[in-house]
Amino acid sequence: MIGYIFRRLIGAIPVVFGITLISFFIIRIAPGKPTTIDGELNPKISPEVRQKLYTLYGLDKPLPIQYYLWLKRMLRIDFGNSFVDGRPVTEKILERIPLTVGINLISLICMFAIALPLGICSAQKPGGVFDNLTTIIVFIFFAAPTFWIALLLMQLICIHWGWLPISGVTSLDFEYLNWWQKIQDITRHLILPIFVTTLSGLAGISRYMRSSMIEVLNQPYILAAKAKGLPHKIVIYKHALRNAILPIVTLVGLSIPGLLGGSVIFESLFALPGLGRLFYEAVVTRDYPLIMAEVVLSAVLTLLGNLIADISYALVDPRIRYKK
Amino acid sequence: MRDFYLPAGLVIISFLAVVALLAPLISPYEPTVMDNAQLLSPPSRQHLLGTDSLGRDLLSRLIWGTRISLSIGIIAVGISTVIGIFLGSVAGFYGGRLDSLIMRLVDIMLCFPTFFLILAVVSVLEPSLYNIMIIIGLTSWMSAARLVRSEILSLKERQFIQAAVALGASQLRIIFRHLLPNALAPVLVHATLGIASAILLESGLSFLGLGVQPPTPSWGNILIEAKSTLGVAWWITVFPGLAILVTILGFYFIAEGLKKKLG
Repeated sequence: MIGYIFRRLIGAIPVVFGITLISFFIIRIAPGKPTTIDGELNPKISPEVRQKLYTLYGLDKPLPIQYYLWLKRMLRIDFGNSFVDGRPVTEKILERIPLTVGINLISLICMFAIALPLGICSAQKPGGVFDNLTTIIVFIFFAAPTFWIALLLMQLICIHWGWLPISGVTSLDFEYLNWWQKIQDITRHLILPIFVTTLSGLAGISRYMRSSMIEVLNQPYILAAKAKGLPHKIVIYKHALRNAILPIVTLVGLSIPGLLGGSVIFESLFALPGLGRLFYEAVVTRDYPLIMAEVVLSAVLTLLGNLIADISYALVDPRIRYKK
Repeated sequence: MRDFYLPAGLVIISFLAVVALLAPLISPYEPTVMDNAQLLSPPSRQHLLGTDSLGRDLLSRLIWGTRISLSIGIIAVGISTVIGIFLGSVAGFYGGRLDSLIMRLVDIMLCFPTFFLILAVVSVLEPSLYNIMIIIGLTSWMSAARLVRSEILSLKERQFIQAAVALGASQLRIIFRHLLPNALAPVLVHATLGIASAILLESGLSFLGLGVQPPTPSWGNILIEAKSTLGVAWWITVFPGLAILVTILGFYFIAEGLKKKLG
């Protein structure tokens, strides 16, 4: 097992290297120079910004050296200072992490808690009433942009019925509340974002669970279990489910890029000060150090998610460990 | 249930294609013409789906938006599929170093959350219609490349390929005449799904104001106004979203139907 983890970690090193290379390329190569985006006449780039870029990237030096310098600073977790307010990028990112990670973690738990039973139930009788019904619902959730569903819910729940606050994390009178009311206040603000984030991943996971379950149910050992007269429940939960759920473990890691991408839209929509909104603001204000830092960070998080997924898969399923 | 997918999808998409092609003829108003007397008016006989806060006819904007969304979806997927087929068949056919190099590149690109990658590129390029098509195309070829590669790897072992090699067919001929045509079916399904996700992606980008720029109407950027008219003008929220929903369903149905048809 330790050998397997070690092999995976070694394999990840060139990928991290590639991630930094591509991130560097996007900002540095795509437009010619970051200083000449759309030509020197671009009014969106002030001379000061241009000068800052010059000193930051050492643009007078050849490209490979610039990349090397950037990489060296990054290894010290130094992404430079924000163009907008001059604060260190690392600091700006760190203070935004808890909210985004919190929302996504809770959503992830809700997603699996709802999607797995759904998938298992519809796999019992493929083509049955329940399966067809969930198929239709899943199709619709796949097809509807989640931010649109969020808009509809905001319209209905927050404005029409006035049940929940529409944006932000806390109310205006937050300071005057006692701790219990504070918790309630935050919860009321976050219910809708968490609900919508959960919806965004529900369809995919339940489909995956369904097909994994159907595949296992067609295996000879299930037939054998049924043939020897075991009760239906035992066959499903003891023999089938335990095997069908193994590949699902990897989905936790694989959901990370989708969740992070969704954060950009949802946090902007609900005015939540998280990583996604920070990234959106960075793109709008062209805060390049912040953009590059977040792109690298999001990619490395995804890579970590994949690694954790693979390793936990190998932990629960010994067959994986012995394959090359 | 199964046989219903393909016809249903084809009906939806051909309808939308006709709407997109005939946009100038069938839209009741110019999509950018403002009517100061009809600001935020609800659906009526005069404006079937109502108007927005500048008094522009929503139905006309949706009709022109069909053009934008469909062409972004199709062109972006065209780009990504061509790149995917090229890299995938090179990797699958030649194998060895080239293969591991290309597949590593795929692994790396897949690490970037699509939205982050696209927004980063948008921040250096101007978000225009053509840039959005190209950017979505250039950032979504990875799964196509993987698919083509795995198809080619399994086809390569088949006897008819060995026969072609034995007959002395050139490598290019084997790739283009024998391998790719046989790998086409799954690629077609994949591309259909790709159009759907490209359209969804565009709507998200435009909704953030970083995609298709107003006054050009796209379903995503019409929804920007839904935020500020929440609780005032339900039609601005409901109809563009429905348009996206129906379009995406159409492409999903076609993909599902093709999957069954092509085995």
